[in-house]
Amino acid sequence: MALRFIALLLVCQLAGEAFVLWTGLPVPGPVLGMALLFAGLMLRGGVPEGLGRVVDTLLAHLSLLFVPAGVGVMLHIAMLREEWLAVTAALVLSTLLTLVVTGLVMTGLIRWLDSRQIGD
Amino acid sequence: MESDRALGDIWVYLSTSPLLHLTLTVLAYLAADWLFQRSGRKALLNPVLLAILMLVTLLTLTGTRYETYFAGAQFVHFMLGPATVALAIPLYRHLDLIRRLWLPILVSIVTGATVSATSAVLIAQWLGASRQTLISLAPKSVTAPVAMGITEKVGGLPSLTAALVVLTGVLGAVIGPAVLALVRVRDDRARGLALGVTSHGIGTARAFQISSLTGAFSALAMGLMALASAFVLPAVLRWVFGG
Repeated sequence: MALRFIALLLVCQLAGEAFVLWTGLPVPGPVLGMALLFAGLMLRGGVPEGLGRVVDTLLAHLSLLFVPAGVGVMLHIAMLREEWLAVTAALVLSTLLTLVVTGLVMTGLIRWLDSRQIGD
Repeated sequence: MESDRALGDIWVYLSTSPLLHLTLTVLAYLAADWLFQRSGRKALLNPVLLAILMLVTLLTLTGTRYETYFAGAQFVHFMLGPATVALAIPLYRHLDLIRRLWLPILVSIVTGATVSATSAVLIAQWLGASRQTLISLAPKSVTAPVAMGITEKVGGLPSLTAALVVLTGVLGAVIGPAVLALVRVRDDRARGLALGVTSHGIGTARAFQISSLTGAFSALAMGLMALASAFVLPAVLRWVFGG
């Protein structure tokens, strides 16, 4: 039954949130929950089949989950109209730059690592 | 007359119940996804973008407040938490690859986190954006729930950050694959990492359409990006504002 695995996800998130509240760490609860589940999988040495199915279904519709927050753009239409140039330029240029720099740094480092391992 | 009043009552009931806006959110997304698939997956017809446009238009036309809408849509929004936890599974499935590449991954993500926040804040500042916009803009590449938390701590507007995060996500998902091809980044691991660092969950959803490996690296990037930004962002903002 899939309910066990949904409960597992919620328990990990709850533990993450509680730990953040307790320690005041600047990290979000769900990210710690992800680390916790990851550690659990390492200890167990595999992903239970049912958990894999539940998670694949959930992640297949990941985009849907961003819609409610995105609709919040309507609260800021007046501000965006005033500062549209600064915001648009910052979003477009910074997105381009981040994509290119991250992609190139990662490609370069993978190649560097590969060549070093061949050289060893 | 009687039936008019009954209809009015039904509308009043439905428009105040969370069910209506929850249903509309799911239907708008399904319609947007149908259009996206029918178009042969044209990047510009991104389902998140289309669904948001449809809903904003509908809410504006019916004079509905965002708070009323969110009372229903929050049930979808809430699933972001469990979905973030669930990303541990694709990560685990690619554990061997990630273990071998931990150094490139770490360096790329810290570089990406710094470039993303610094470039956005500097460009917007140069073009005269207000201080509050600058602060809200800084975590634009961080996954929504985390970005909103960071913004709140450093004095920005969480709801504005959420909107900018989604816009950045959609933008990166739309132009990402083409831009990376242009600069000859062809490795699935590098493509996934760049998409996740730039466009968090929306980039990750796009990355999973390329391959499971691209998706796993994007999910990893998104998680570590959230961690790295929690530390990098306050430093970037202090540096920009000279405080």
